Amino acid sequence: MTLSAYLIVSSILFGLAIAGMVINRKNLILLLMCIELMLLSVNTNFIAFSHFSGNLQGQLFVFFILTVAAAEATIGLAILMVFFRRQHTISVQEMNSLKG
Amino acid sequence: MTTSSNFLSNLALAIILFPLLGCLIAGFFGKKIGQRGAHWVTTLMVGASFFLSIYLVKLVVFDNLTFNGAIYTWGSSGNFVFDVGFLIDRLSALMMLTVTFVSFLVHIYSIGYMKGDPGYQRFFSYISLFTFAMLMLVSANNFMQLYFGWEGVGLVSYLLIGFWYKKNSANEGGLKAFLINRVGDLGFILGIGAILAFFGSVDYATVFSQAPALAASNAMVNIYPHIHWSAITVICLLLFIGAMGKSAQMPLHVWLPESMEGPTPISALIHAATMVTAGVYMVARMSPLFELSPVSLSVILIIGGTSALFTGILALVQNDIKRVVAYSTLSQLGYMMAALGASAFSAGIFHLFTHACFKALLFLAAGSVIIGMHHEQDMRKMGNLRKYMPITYVTFLIGALALCAIPPFAGFYSKDTIIDAVHLSTVFGGTYAYYCVLIGTFVTALYTFRAFFMTFHTEERMDQHTRETIKESSAVVWIPLLVLAVPSIILGWVLEGPMLENLFGNAIYTASQYDTLSTIASDFHGSWAMMLHAVFTLPFWLAIAGVFCAWFAYVCRPQLPAVLAQRFSTLYTVLVHKYGFDEFNNWFFVKGGIRFANWLFRVGDIKILDDLMVNGSGRVVAWLSAAARKLQTGYLYHYVLAMVLGVLVFGVWYS
Amino acid sequence: MFQNLPLLSLEIWLPILGGIFALMTGDDRRAHTARMIALFTAIICLLLCVPLYLGYDNNSAAMQFTENQPWIAHYGIDYTLGVDGISLPLIMLTTLTTLVVVIASWRPIKTQVAQYMAAFLIMQGMMVGVFAALDAVLFYIFWEGMLIPMYLCIGMWGGANRNYASIKFFLYTFFGSALMLVALLYMRYYSGSFSILGYWTLKLSMTEQIWIFLAFLLAFAVKVPMFPFHTWLPDAHTEAPAGGSVVLAALMLKMGVYGFLRFSLPITPDASRMLDWVVITLSLIAIVYIALVAIGQKDMKRLIAYSSIAHMGFATLACFMIYLILNKTGSIQDAYLSLEGSMVQMISHAFSTGAMFFGVGILYERYASRMIDDFGGIVNSMPHFAAFFMLFCMANVGMPGTSGFVGEFMIILSAFKASPWIAFFAASTLVLAAAYTLWMYKRVFFGEVTHEYVNNFDDIKGSETAVMTILGVMVIALGVYPQPLLNMMHVTVGHLLTIANTTKLM
Repeated sequence: MTLSAYLIVSSILFGLAIAGMVINRKNLILLLMCIELMLLSVNTNFIAFSHFSGNLQGQLFVFFILTVAAAEATIGLAILMVFFRRQHTISVQEMNSLKG
Repeated sequence: MTTSSNFLSNLALAIILFPLLGCLIAGFFGKKIGQRGAHWVTTLMVGASFFLSIYLVKLVVFDNLTFNGAIYTWGSSGNFVFDVGFLIDRLSALMMLTVTFVSFLVHIYSIGYMKGDPGYQRFFSYISLFTFAMLMLVSANNFMQLYFGWEGVGLVSYLLIGFWYKKNSANEGGLKAFLINRVGDLGFILGIGAILAFFGSVDYATVFSQAPALAASNAMVNIYPHIHWSAITVICLLLFIGAMGKSAQMPLHVWLPESMEGPTPISALIHAATMVTAGVYMVARMSPLFELSPVSLSVILIIGGTSALFTGILALVQNDIKRVVAYSTLSQLGYMMAALGASAFSAGIFHLFTHACFKALLFLAAGSVIIGMHHEQDMRKMGNLRKYMPITYVTFLIGALALCAIPPFAGFYSKDTIIDAVHLSTVFGGTYAYYCVLIGTFVTALYTFRAFFMTFHTEERMDQHTRETIKESSAVVWIPLLVLAVPSIILGWVLEGPMLENLFGNAIYTASQYDTLSTIASDFHGSWAMMLHAVFTLPFWLAIAGVFCAWFAYVCRPQLPAVLAQRFSTLYTVLVHKYGFDEFNNWFFVKGGIRFANWLFRVGDIKILDDLMVNGSGRVVAWLSAAARKLQTGYLYHYVLAMVLGVLVFGVWYS
Repeated sequence: MFQNLPLLSLEIWLPILGGIFALMTGDDRRAHTARMIALFTAIICLLLCVPLYLGYDNNSAAMQFTENQPWIAHYGIDYTLGVDGISLPLIMLTTLTTLVVVIASWRPIKTQVAQYMAAFLIMQGMMVGVFAALDAVLFYIFWEGMLIPMYLCIGMWGGANRNYASIKFFLYTFFGSALMLVALLYMRYYSGSFSILGYWTLKLSMTEQIWIFLAFLLAFAVKVPMFPFHTWLPDAHTEAPAGGSVVLAALMLKMGVYGFLRFSLPITPDASRMLDWVVITLSLIAIVYIALVAIGQKDMKRLIAYSSIAHMGFATLACFMIYLILNKTGSIQDAYLSLEGSMVQMISHAFSTGAMFFGVGILYERYASRMIDDFGGIVNSMPHFAAFFMLFCMANVGMPGTSGFVGEFMIILSAFKASPWIAFFAASTLVLAAAYTLWMYKRVFFGEVTHEYVNNFDDIKGSETAVMTILGVMVIALGVYPQPLLNMMHVTVGHLLTIANTTKLM
């Protein structure tokens, strides 16, 4: 397996995530999942580079990112739940009460 | 010498500060000391000033002492020093005597006239303040202090015209007087500015000593590119504008009749005897400057002559007794100005003195009539008052004869000298002014005796209630009348000789080529001779004719004036409207000014500056931000798309 | 004993500290404590002026009472303070005005007293800082910092339209000073430090001078305010509470002219000489046009605000007229009168206009209106107040014997030296000021009582009389004997004139 194979996989993942964001305009959970997917694709890159360059720092960063992503997902979902309780919807288009 | 001049300055200081002290006591502690306390303290203070002034005149005129020095340095800046100081010479000492004399009598008179007025203490405080300011004016040894007194008397005049502040006409009269005086002051302060610019000092002595050099050097003021005026003429004309405002010369005369809204003692003190003559005094004081500028002498002569005749004519159609006297004041001020223009400065000041006495007398007598008539001032509702008010009648008659220049009364000497001097004057406009003042004597006699006959003779036209209660005024009112009647009779006879000789000493300077008075002096052979000679002069017969016409038209044929008014209705209308000065001022300056001001505010400030510039720039920012805000949709996918596109563009750009 | 005290630092930080203490009293339950703290602080500050005045050497042109501490040494920013004959009178004026404002706000301000008092105390510290700072950054910090309490003052205790007025005030003045900062930074680039006195000796080319001059001009013209930049002032004045109006008129406007004297004239003398006609023209427009606009006003505060602008026009006119005089005579002796007149005009304007704003505040407290038409015949129910107000009106119209005369007289007299026409337009104020001031007085005070409620007005008493008396005494004292004030500034003005008359071009 070459480095480029890994990179291609991660690019596909990243592209899927972006496509998910742009095409999906309603569901907030989907948006969150797409962001997680993006982070994962980046993580894949990190690990691949780490492996091929023999530098462990990349893998170290992956742990950081995973932690942060977990925290982020938690907070995001929590906000989402509170929001759903108040507004009974998670549609992105409905979330415009703060818009100027 | 130093001790005596020190004494002189302390004496002058005492004369000036006593009335101020009285004013402060009556003003601040008026409630505590009560009405009696207020009139006692102010009258005593001014009385003290008066007696000290007599002593001062004795020292200055008979012992030939003078004082010119600073009391304290008011301010200094660079090379310029502004002092508060006194110049005590024959001119200022005699002026101080006149001011304190009339003021003292008016104080006494006011005790009777203002009885029961709610603003009693305030009134006495004001007239003492006025006396202080007027004394500061006449005793000044520099232009700064002169201006202080100048504005000070204007302020008190404003306050006193509006003394009965509930009356709208009084308030308006005060405001009008103040504003028109301010127009004059505008010229006056510019004149002081010019003096400072050219002489580097505002001290009289310095200015007068350098004036001939300035006139000789041909210094110019650049009025406009390529238009240059001689500096000395500019200075004199600017100063004279100030004098026109204060001494109510045409066309700045319109405030004086309005000032009659004030209490009558004020009209006597401020608007007849003292304040309005400040302009005359100032021009005489500046004689070393004015003598260097024939142009300004001509201007003074023409304006003085015009005022003397044309304001006198207006008095013919007035029915308010005070207004008649007011217009006659305007006319007499014109006489004084004409004298100054003819370089007969001493004669002008002489007329100022005699006029102060007989005009104060006339006003106070008119005030006595007004008290008797229960504050009715319309002469059409009077008549035959000699029966009820004999003292007032006699004193008014004395004043009227003095005013009409009937020998041997005071006015005869001063006015006759003026007419002769104007006749002899060689500056441009002299002939015109001569005919003005000559015809003026006839007009003066006509309106004076018209008022006299309408008030004291003819049938009684007052209503029943007034007729029953009418009586001679109290002693505090008629004693000042009697006191004033004395100088009104003899002052001219006494002073004519000294005046022609050298009454004012070095205080007045006359250039030899304009010296009209020396010619008159060479023909003068004593006051008796002058009186007897009067029978052979034109002014005397004109005055007699005036008196006769008044008698004929108002006593013999009372229906005649109405017929004349109808026959010459155009002329009559012009006179009743006072040549339209008031209408024009009202229309152009007051209404037009306010409309213009509102227009400026609406268009300039609100529309252009606020709406267009300030809020306009605010609107531009708001519009720009509204446009920019459209880019921020708030949708994640828009941002993502923009980001991806951005990355792609960068990628393509750098690859 | 006072020689060793850092007097200027005390004058700056003591009121700020007092303000913080006042704030700590919290809500209105302890309002009285807040008032007492404010009064106490203000009195101490005023007393501290006594050693300042006594210790000041009239014969030295150097900065005195200097304090110098390195602050941010890396950027050449120092904590430098000092006073000369121009700033000292203004500092004394500031402390006196604040004391008067504290006394005058004793009764009228009933809500959020602690915050109100704190705002004024902090403002006082900042303003003294502006006048005492000799370091550009320090100056700029005080200059801008001062806006915040004023903004809050208008925004919190102001009238109905206060939001618009306070934002207009803040944005306008802030916008002006931004350019000044650029100019200050530019000069720092050449001189290596932010010392203002260092800027004075900085050689600058004509182009640089012109740009710097214009930047300063915008900042100071907004502050003064000069003719086209003046519209914020009537709005701010009308909406501000009485105390705010007083500080605004008596002190804040002075900063603009102070800026001209401290920055424009000595730093850019050649540009000032070249562009003096700009300021002179704008000042004359202010004197004539603004006075005319004032005639038509229906709101008393707005009218006084406009009269304020016209009077400040005199001060700016006199600042730049010196070049016309210098061009004509070449000697600085003749120009003293003009520049000192400008200073006196500023001080006197503070008293007379400040007092008039108080007067309107007193009326506003009795009947919540500022409209001329809502009053009439007040002299019947408030004779003492009417007498005081007449005194201040007379000062406003430049009556000799009051402070208003001194500055106007000096400026008009020196204007004739510059040009008779400038003198004429300047002197037109004699008529115009009398017209708008006394016409207003007539409509508000004289005549019969026009509205029923006017009869119930109480005459002034207690703190109101105290304020009016203090200001009245100042107005008269300055008018009768201005020499002590002039003595204080002679040497400094001479020094400034020498610098302003020396070319900086190489």
